[in-house]
Amino acid sequence: MKPAPFGYLAPRSVDETLELMASHGDDAKVIAGGQSLGPLLNLRLATPAMVIDLNRILELAGISAHDGDGLTIGAMTRQHDAETSPAVAAACPLLAEALPYVAHRTIRNRGTIGGSLAHSDPAAELPAVVTAVRAEMVIRSRSGERTIPAEEFFLGYFTAALEPDELLVAVRVPAVPARTTSAWQEFATRSGDYAIVGVAAVIGLDGAGVVDRASIVCSGIADVPRQLSTAQSALVGQEPTSAVIAAAVAAQHTDPPADLVGSSSYRRHLVGVLAQRALEAATERQEGNDDRPTG
Amino acid sequence: MTVQPDEVVVTVTVNGETVRHLVDPRTTAADFLRDGLELTGTHLGCEHGVCGACTVLLDGRSVRSCILYAPQLDGCEVTTVEGLSPVPGELHPIQEAFRECHGLQCGFCTPGFLLTVHEFLSETKGADEDEIREAISGNLCRCTGYQGIVAAVQRADETWQR
Ligand SMILES: Cc1cc2nc3c(=O)[nH]c(=O)nc-3n(C[C@H](O)[C@H](O)[C@H](O)COP(=O)(O)OP(=O)(O)OC[C@H]3O[C@@H](n4cnc5c(N)ncnc54)[C@H](O)[C@@H]3O)c2cc1C
Ligand code: FES
Ligand code: FES
Repeated sequence: MKPAPFGYLAPRSVDETLELMASHGDDAKVIAGGQSLGPLLNLRLATPAMVIDLNRILELAGISAHDGDGLTIGAMTRQHDAETSPAVAAACPLLAEALPYVAHRTIRNRGTIGGSLAHSDPAAELPAVVTAVRAEMVIRSRSGERTIPAEEFFLGYFTAALEPDELLVAVRVPAVPARTTSAWQEFATRSGDYAIVGVAAVIGLDGAGVVDRASIVCSGIADVPRQLSTAQSALVGQEPTSAVIAAAVAAQHTDPPADLVGSSSYRRHLVGVLAQRALEAATERQEGNDDRPTG
Repeated sequence: MTVQPDEVVVTVTVNGETVRHLVDPRTTAADFLRDGLELTGTHLGCEHGVCGACTVLLDGRSVRSCILYAPQLDGCEVTTVEGLSPVPGELHPIQEAFRECHGLQCGFCTPGFLLTVHEFLSETKGADEDEIREAISGNLCRCTGYQGIVAAVQRADETWQR
């Protein structure tokens, strides 16, 4: 199996990369971990004339914690490095919990945070996670930098809000507010496979133990990470008991697509079961945590 | 060395030996190792990242060599199954364990398993069966039914002095 011929460039800096992206435009593809682009090249589903390798750009990798004010994760940070980072565990426990479900260790050694987000696969874990924690995407082109909320970044199947000359340089994760906890749940047929459905849940309580913030975001049921907004609204203002959670989840309408691994009604069933489990797990993590932001 | 416009120079250290080659950028690292360097111990199954047969170590970490391209190896260190044993002609303790515990039948998947397990055992001691199965979940074997492989990992965990 051979990819179609392509030229290869390995810039050392973001500025150099942005120049190359501007001059090659649609003919070029950047390669991050190559764990999604590699298969597409080998199967000739992608046939760029030029491949621009991001792997030599040291400034794109790394995680910086902002002293209780969240995290910035460079686009080229390997998924395995984020998974084992104490800063991620402390400041974005939902990401740390979901990362081990992304493929296998060997894939995560190479696959990057930015690559998974830019690839914009609605079945992937990370797009749902960054949407649930209300992260921001930092995007650069030769004409400057812009930042957009995760919610606006995923436009459709394998389509992110990136122009051909734009590079995702980082994702910014806000600090976890007080009394806010989270959980990830998914169901896949084999360990490391893409989940049929995944659910990210974030619950915030006020001083009286009443929900003042709920994010429930699913992978695998639409062309983008899908927020369960009816269920979210139904939870706010309530104490998150199992019965309240069950009622909120039952009120949510979803219309998932069917494919070889799951019918629409099976996926709908999974959304109910997994959302219940994720919300209950997030709620349990509140106990004993009172004011401590444990995420 | 005359470099054609569609070729790239790669300098890479494979199993301790540094080589310099001209490559077509679309050459996968696996094809480069097999055809360019005649290290045919690295096997190719699916050629799109799913089966793990092509697993090698890149700068000490396990990677799929079928979805990595030869130019990306420039300046890196690669370890293939041929370089696993520190003593040429002898088996690495992980290889010994696979032989003793029937961790292979046809052997097609074995190089990929060995390098995956090498990384796993380098970082872990005393793993239980569930952890071992998770660690090898990215490698497919059509012969053994995995029991022998799990037993081999348990054996190597005990025998490999590390
Ligand atoms: C066997 C296997 C199983 C997998 N299972 C899962 C799974 O269960 N869950 C899951 O989420 N993923 C899974 N993946 C995909 C894996 O997580 C990839 O690592 C990820 O989707 C892409 O990241 P990457 O760094 O490899 O990006 P690449 O493959 O290099 O790039 C992907 C796309 O994003 C673009 N891109 C990359 N970086 C940037 C950037 N900084 N700015 C702009 N565009 C960019 C590229 O041009 C390309 O179009 C699996 C992959 C394999 C091979
Ligand atoms: S040949 Fe590389 S993963 Fe199958
Ligand atoms: S031993 Fe034959 S595929 Fe594993």
